[in-house]
Amino acid sequence: MKKSSEAFKNWLLSGSDPLEEEMIETLSDEESEKHEQTDESSRIRKERKSLKEYLYEKGMYRPARIVCSIGLCLMLIVMLMGTVMDMPYFGQADTLVNSELSEFYVEKTLEHTGATNIITGIILNFRGFDTLGESHVLFIAVCSVIILLKMSPSEENPRLYTSDREDQKDEDLVLSSLTRFLFPLICMFGVYIILNGNISPGGGFSGGAVIGAGLILYLSAYGYKRIRRFFTFKTFKVVSCLALISYTSSKTFHFITGANEIHVPIPLGTPGTIFSGGLLLPLNIFVGLVVACTMYALYTLFRKGDF
Amino acid sequence: MLEIIQFVIVAMLLFAAVVLESFAIFGVNRFRFSLNRLHAAAIGDTLSMTCVILAAVVYTGFELLSLKYFMILTLMWMTSPVSGHLISLLVYKTDEKTDEEAKVWKN
Repeated sequence: MKKSSEAFKNWLLSGSDPLEEEMIETLSDEESEKHEQTDESSRIRKERKSLKEYLYEKGMYRPARIVCSIGLCLMLIVMLMGTVMDMPYFGQADTLVNSELSEFYVEKTLEHTGATNIITGIILNFRGFDTLGESHVLFIAVCSVIILLKMSPSEENPRLYTSDREDQKDEDLVLSSLTRFLFPLICMFGVYIILNGNISPGGGFSGGAVIGAGLILYLSAYGYKRIRRFFTFKTFKVVSCLALISYTSSKTFHFITGANEIHVPIPLGTPGTIFSGGLLLPLNIFVGLVVACTMYALYTLFRKGDF
Repeated sequence: MLEIIQFVIVAMLLFAAVVLESFAIFGVNRFRFSLNRLHAAAIGDTLSMTCVILAAVVYTGFELLSLKYFMILTLMWMTSPVSGHLISLLVYKTDEKTDEEAKVWKN
């Protein structure tokens, strides 16, 4: 107990990993075990034991486990079937779907939020908490992927770092000449979807996904060197963090003034124009930036491990 | 009278699209080698798609909407051959038995 508290204190003060040595030891143990296991498995293969005996030796062939797993499956089946039995019949009039809430949304969204696209009005205004959480979930997912997969250039193994297309000189002529024509169109279309999010179908999520797909196309056509001219890890950090901070702050402003019934006149504008709907247009832009950066970052991290 | 002609044209185009798409599906499942299967799949991507979109254009009449349909068509015509080209490159680079399956000119 005392030892672990000391290790924690050392870790706090110096920043070194207290479990480092132990991890190395366990790694070597595992490796030696692996060698033994290969020996063992080859021996087993020679002796041609049956699967049942092998599992007995490993302690896996226990009837209790089988009974437990079957019981768990049966329990899940019973629970799910019970839930299905409780659901309302098809076409029943007094279900939750036909409640007054949907009528309220259809009738009053334009009046309350100023958005002709009802869905944007709902997800960015009435259900603002939900969308706020969603964009943060995206960002957290990218952060955990970065923690797991991001490689940094090391002197020990530089080959690993530049393993992908970095040293492959020939880019595909057909793809690159198509991309030269298509990439601006895709980006323009994504910006169009984001900016028209409050007046026509679309919005931050779909437009951001389109822009992210365009970035992925550019990367696969031209390679890492050319996309690093305008999109690096620093760009990713700055853009997504700034977008999330401004999104959160504007939404917090909205929540606080709304909860305390302070009437802040954000002009709703004339419905049907781009500058309408109060905060909806900037919120769409922030969500679109976060989603585009997230898509591209996920692709490039899973492909190579760096931007 | 005009409506009947329109309906007949739309029906014929859709029928042609269905027939071409069935050729494509048959070819994809029937051919043994991957490059041949790519060729069969390209029929569905280009000509059958064209027939469907022409049918939609004739059905709605010539408006701004039909311009959007033609934009979809041009995008499909540009992108699907490129994806087919990339897939065939992948086949050429990874498949070791390409010489048995097809005659490949190496330069």
